Amino acid sequence: MFKQKNYLALGAAVLVAALVLSLPASASSRLRLVVSSWFLPLFGLANAAQHLPADLADNALPRGELLNLINSLRQENDQLKVRQMQADAVQRENDQLRSLYDWQHQMPWRLKLANVVMRDPANWWRTIQIDLGTRDGLRENLPVLTMDGLVGRVASVRLTSAQVILLGDPNCRVSALVEDPAQDIGILSSSGPLDSSLLDLSYLTGDANLKPGQNVVTSGLGGIFPKGIPIGRVVDAQSLEFGLSTGARVKLNADLGALDKVWVLFP
Amino acid sequence: MKPLQTLLILAFGFLVVFAETVLPGPRNLLGAQIDLLPGLMVYAALNSDIWTVMLLAITGGLGFDALSANPPGISIIPLMLAGFLIHLRHDLILRSLPFAQFMLGAAASALVPALVLILLLNGGKQPLIGWGSLWQWLVITAGGALATPVIFAFFGWCDRTLGYPEIKEPSFRPDREILRDRNKL
Repeated sequence: MFKQKNYLALGAAVLVAALVLSLPASASSRLRLVVSSWFLPLFGLANAAQHLPADLADNALPRGELLNLINSLRQENDQLKVRQMQADAVQRENDQLRSLYDWQHQMPWRLKLANVVMRDPANWWRTIQIDLGTRDGLRENLPVLTMDGLVGRVASVRLTSAQVILLGDPNCRVSALVEDPAQDIGILSSSGPLDSSLLDLSYLTGDANLKPGQNVVTSGLGGIFPKGIPIGRVVDAQSLEFGLSTGARVKLNADLGALDKVWVLFP
Repeated sequence: MKPLQTLLILAFGFLVVFAETVLPGPRNLLGAQIDLLPGLMVYAALNSDIWTVMLLAITGGLGFDALSANPPGISIIPLMLAGFLIHLRHDLILRSLPFAQFMLGAAASALVPALVLILLLNGGKQPLIGWGSLWQWLVITAGGALATPVIFAFFGWCDRTLGYPEIKEPSFRPDREILRDRNKL
C-alpha cells in the first residue's frame, strides 16, 4: 500500500507534466501568464523595496545641490537643442537628396523606455522580462537596446509585459557589419554559456581583414534590426576552415549582466 | 499530510523561484544561477509525505518554467523524480545529519538541471550549452548542496516556532517515591 501510494503520486505528476507539455501554443502561453501572475505581488514588493533607498536619498539631498543639478541640466538641455537643430537640418538635406535620387525616405526611430522586471532563472536561456506590453504598442521582434548598444529583441508580448531574448541566446542571431573599408558582414551568435559579454561573429569571407577595436553594428539585413545600431567591438579574429571563412570575437558595448532600463525601438 | 507544513513548503518554493529571477548576484559572481528548488525537494521528500512532494514538483516546476523561457511543465518530471527517489528511502536516511543533507542536496541539484536539459534537447529546443555548462553544473551542484542544510535548519526553526511544543515527560514518578514516615507503611 505504501509503495502503491508513492507510484500513484509519481504517475499523477508525470500525467500533469505530459498534459501541460502537450497543450497548444496559445493555451500554453495563457497558462504561463496565469502562473506568472501569481508572482505579481512579489514583483510589486521587490520594486518598491528597490526604489526605497533612492527615494530616501532624494529626500535627503540638500537644496543647493539640487539647484546646481538643475542648472547643469539646463545647460546640457540647451546644448542638446542646438544639436537637435543641426540634426534636423541634416535630416532635411538628406531627405531632399533622397527625393532627388528617388530613394526611400528614412523614418526616424521612436524609442520607449522599459524597466527590466526579472531575469530568466534558468542558466541555459538568456532572456529578461520588461514592463511594456501590447497596451504600450509592443509587438514581437522589435529591437531592444541601451544607450551603449543593441541588447536583443522582443520575443513574446503580453498585455503589460514582454519577454526579451538577449544577444547570445541561441534564438537571437544578428546580421552584423564590421565598420572596416570592406564592410564585412557576418552572423553574430553565442560564444558560450559563461561570458555574456563576448559573442562569435561567423560566416565572414575568408579574405576579411579584421582588426581589434573595429566597430560592429547591425547590417540591416534580416528584416528585424535596422542598419547602424552599435553592437560592440572586434576583440580578435582568426581564419577558419583552411582560409575559407573568418571568425571573430566581439565584445558587446552593452553590459547584459547589469541591465536595469532598456529602450524598445520602433523602426 | 500536515497542512501547515505543506503550505510552508509550497510558499517557500514560490519565494525561491521568485528570488532566482530578481537576484542576479550568483550569476554575475559565479557565472551560474543557483537553484534552491532541488534542495527544498530534498527537505520535502525526507520530512513530508509523497503528496507534498508531488505538489511541490508541480507548483515549483510550473512557477520556474513560467518565469523562464522553458516550455511550461518541463521541470515537473525532474523535480518529482528527485523527490520520489529520496522519498522511497526516506526511512533509511539519517535526515538529521548535515552531511546527509549536504550529499542529498548535491545529488538532487545535479540531477534536476541535467534532466531538464535532456528533456529540452529531446524536445528539439536549442538551450545555451557548451563547455562552460560543466562549470555552471558544478556551481549549481555545490550551491544546492550548501543550501540544503540551511533549508533544513530554517524549516526546523519554523517547526519549533509555529508547531506545538514537545511535551516532555517529567522525571517524577509516584510509584518510585520514597516515603520516610513509618506510620504510613
